[in-house]
Amino acid sequence: MRHIISILMENESGALSRVAGLFSARGYNIESLTVAPTEDASLSRMTLVTTGSDEIIEQITKQLNKLIDVVKLIDISESSHIERELMMVKVRAVDRAREEIIRLTDIFRGKIIDVTPVSYVIEVTGEKSKLDAFLQTLDQEAIIEVVRSGTTGILRGDRGLHA
Amino acid sequence: MELSGAEILVQSLKDEGVEYIFGYPGGAVLHIYDALFRQDDVKHILVRHEQGATHAADGYARSTGKPGVVLVTSGPGATNAVTGIATAYMDSIPMVIITGQVPLPVIGSDAFQECDTIGITRPCVKHNFLVKDVHKLAETIKKAFYIATTGRPGPVVVDVPKDVTDPNLKIPYEYPRSVSIRSYNPQVKGHRWQIKKAVELLLSAKRPMIYSGGGVILGNASEQLKEITRILGFPITSTLMGLGAYPATDRQFLGMLGMHGTYEANMAMHECDVLFAVGARFDDRVTGKLSQFCPHAKIIHIDIDPASISKTVRVDVPIVGEVGPVLEDMIEILGSSEKRADEDALTAWWDQIARWQSLDCLRYDRNSPLIKPQYVIEQLYEVTNGDAFVTSDVGQHQMWTAQFYKFDKPRRWINSGGLGTMGFGLPAAIGAKLAHPDADVACVTGEASIQMCIQELATALQYRTPIKIVNLNNGYMGMVRQWQEFTYESRYSHSYLETIPDFVKLAEAYGHIGMHIEKPADVRPALEEAFKLKDRTVFMNFLTDPTENVYPMIEAGKAHHEMRLAPGVTIERELA
Repeated sequence: MRHIISILMENESGALSRVAGLFSARGYNIESLTVAPTEDASLSRMTLVTTGSDEIIEQITKQLNKLIDVVKLIDISESSHIERELMMVKVRAVDRAREEIIRLTDIFRGKIIDVTPVSYVIEVTGEKSKLDAFLQTLDQEAIIEVVRSGTTGILRGDRGLHA
Repeated sequence: MELSGAEILVQSLKDEGVEYIFGYPGGAVLHIYDALFRQDDVKHILVRHEQGATHAADGYARSTGKPGVVLVTSGPGATNAVTGIATAYMDSIPMVIITGQVPLPVIGSDAFQECDTIGITRPCVKHNFLVKDVHKLAETIKKAFYIATTGRPGPVVVDVPKDVTDPNLKIPYEYPRSVSIRSYNPQVKGHRWQIKKAVELLLSAKRPMIYSGGGVILGNASEQLKEITRILGFPITSTLMGLGAYPATDRQFLGMLGMHGTYEANMAMHECDVLFAVGARFDDRVTGKLSQFCPHAKIIHIDIDPASISKTVRVDVPIVGEVGPVLEDMIEILGSSEKRADEDALTAWWDQIARWQSLDCLRYDRNSPLIKPQYVIEQLYEVTNGDAFVTSDVGQHQMWTAQFYKFDKPRRWINSGGLGTMGFGLPAAIGAKLAHPDADVACVTGEASIQMCIQELATALQYRTPIKIVNLNNGYMGMVRQWQEFTYESRYSHSYLETIPDFVKLAEAYGHIGMHIEKPADVRPALEEAFKLKDRTVFMNFLTDPTENVYPMIEAGKAHHEMRLAPGVTIERELA
């Protein structure tokens, strides 16, 4: 099962390597990992997407909690939540394809954020599955480059993750 | 008080109550060594290799319960210490390791004796710190000791760049009285409701079993364990790491369990209906084949580390907390409970256990013309009245010591259980002897293990730590040889040591007394003589039977009830 784990951790150098090292040392999967500072400068927030059986996920959350730099964590996929990923796609865009790409981008509520006579850069946000679907609709030959941020997420409702 | 970084470091150790620091100087720690030189409170023990420093600090920690402290230089000093740090980590031993680092401005430039100590040690420490500012030094030392000694203990590395210890930069010093870390709040008390559930389950058992581990020793909960075991009247077994927490000579004790555990302990594990795991972590050497582990049992597990619970074996009643306070709560609830253990069922269970015990699974050939290693340990036990601190290295001799030296007190048995580090025994014995100068300290070892940290014989002379080395010399890496005999059709690939030093001369070269013992009749007199030499380190080289194996044995992939027994030990039908 796919799980999204949100982690609040001390904004210390090396904290990220402790989490990444834990996953490689214990053989856990990481599908994606994002990290950035929060409104509290002493804390970073990491969103980690992983897969595994219930037993493995239980071990992952316990082992993460053991790390001294980890202040709090929550498996947001166990509750009602919103997840988003940002993707930028650079595509070859010439002749009639230029119109078609704009239409597809509109359908997916994307934006064209860079234009040259022969290419576009398209920005799309959404759940992972939406981004996958968008990529599939494009002419595969036309894709020059894809950059994805990895999933990040937040709980619905008024409950927050705080130190 | 204005102090330099180096002085702050030493003063912090004093304020922390540190008695001994085990170390080896080098470029990056010279300022610290200069500060050490100008004081007398913290005593420095100069080892001969940084691995020895960590094991000696470890032996000090295991024998006292106080944190061991190590000081080494950057680069090779730190990397040499890694084996000892990993050893302490696997067995949850409180330790603070101060490593020198190159000055802050050159970190990352591949400077002389630079290595990424934080990166290298990260997977084998409870936590580590790089001190980037002298103003944070005292607070960091305080945090290091706090983390190392609380919760599930473990080693903490403090990496100190040389410029942070600059003798010319003095700042006001005050050692913090307490420390709080928002992300680290180890649980002490167990959940009351879970504890009640556990007590109910224990009292409903027909074939109960207590399985205790190193956590009882780390948590100083030996008395509580004895009390609850007495109240319940249940059989009890122990892991390798837990030996001594419950007296081995008590009638309720079934001996060690696991790969080289006793027949009765392993059979009782297999047949029990309620398993009470106390400060043990279901290690693979204990469980055997996981899918057949305690197949009939409901399991209660007390552990301070939530990650140890249901890691390999799913448990029914988990209790997170310190072993001592949890057992105290259980004892209190037992005292006020109307319900009593099922006496008839217990009697039948003890009868069954007595039948297993009658197998006498540890029996060996007492008429052999060769010295049997088991006999040496039995004699060591008698000569020291069962009251010595005994360290060991890793292999057959370690298992025989665990089986034949009946530890009645905690912290007497000091060995590397988790990592299985050869070379541990001698430096650990030095650490234990420093902590207990009036006690007998023995290091049981083998001719292969002892050579891995043999240089510490010099340390033993310099600091007058008279230890007794019991070298069971069979010419082989015995445990490797045993596995090769059992599973590789006796192809003894590189497990025979064709050249072995003359240990008597070697001991003498280091300024100690050497003894060579070849006959069974000379074993006891040699041990008696050695332990009478109160102020000398004695190296006893016992030539033992090279073909002797450790029995019983649960071979890889087998379950508790599938033990391989010693030749001549057979199970009669009524036992099974």
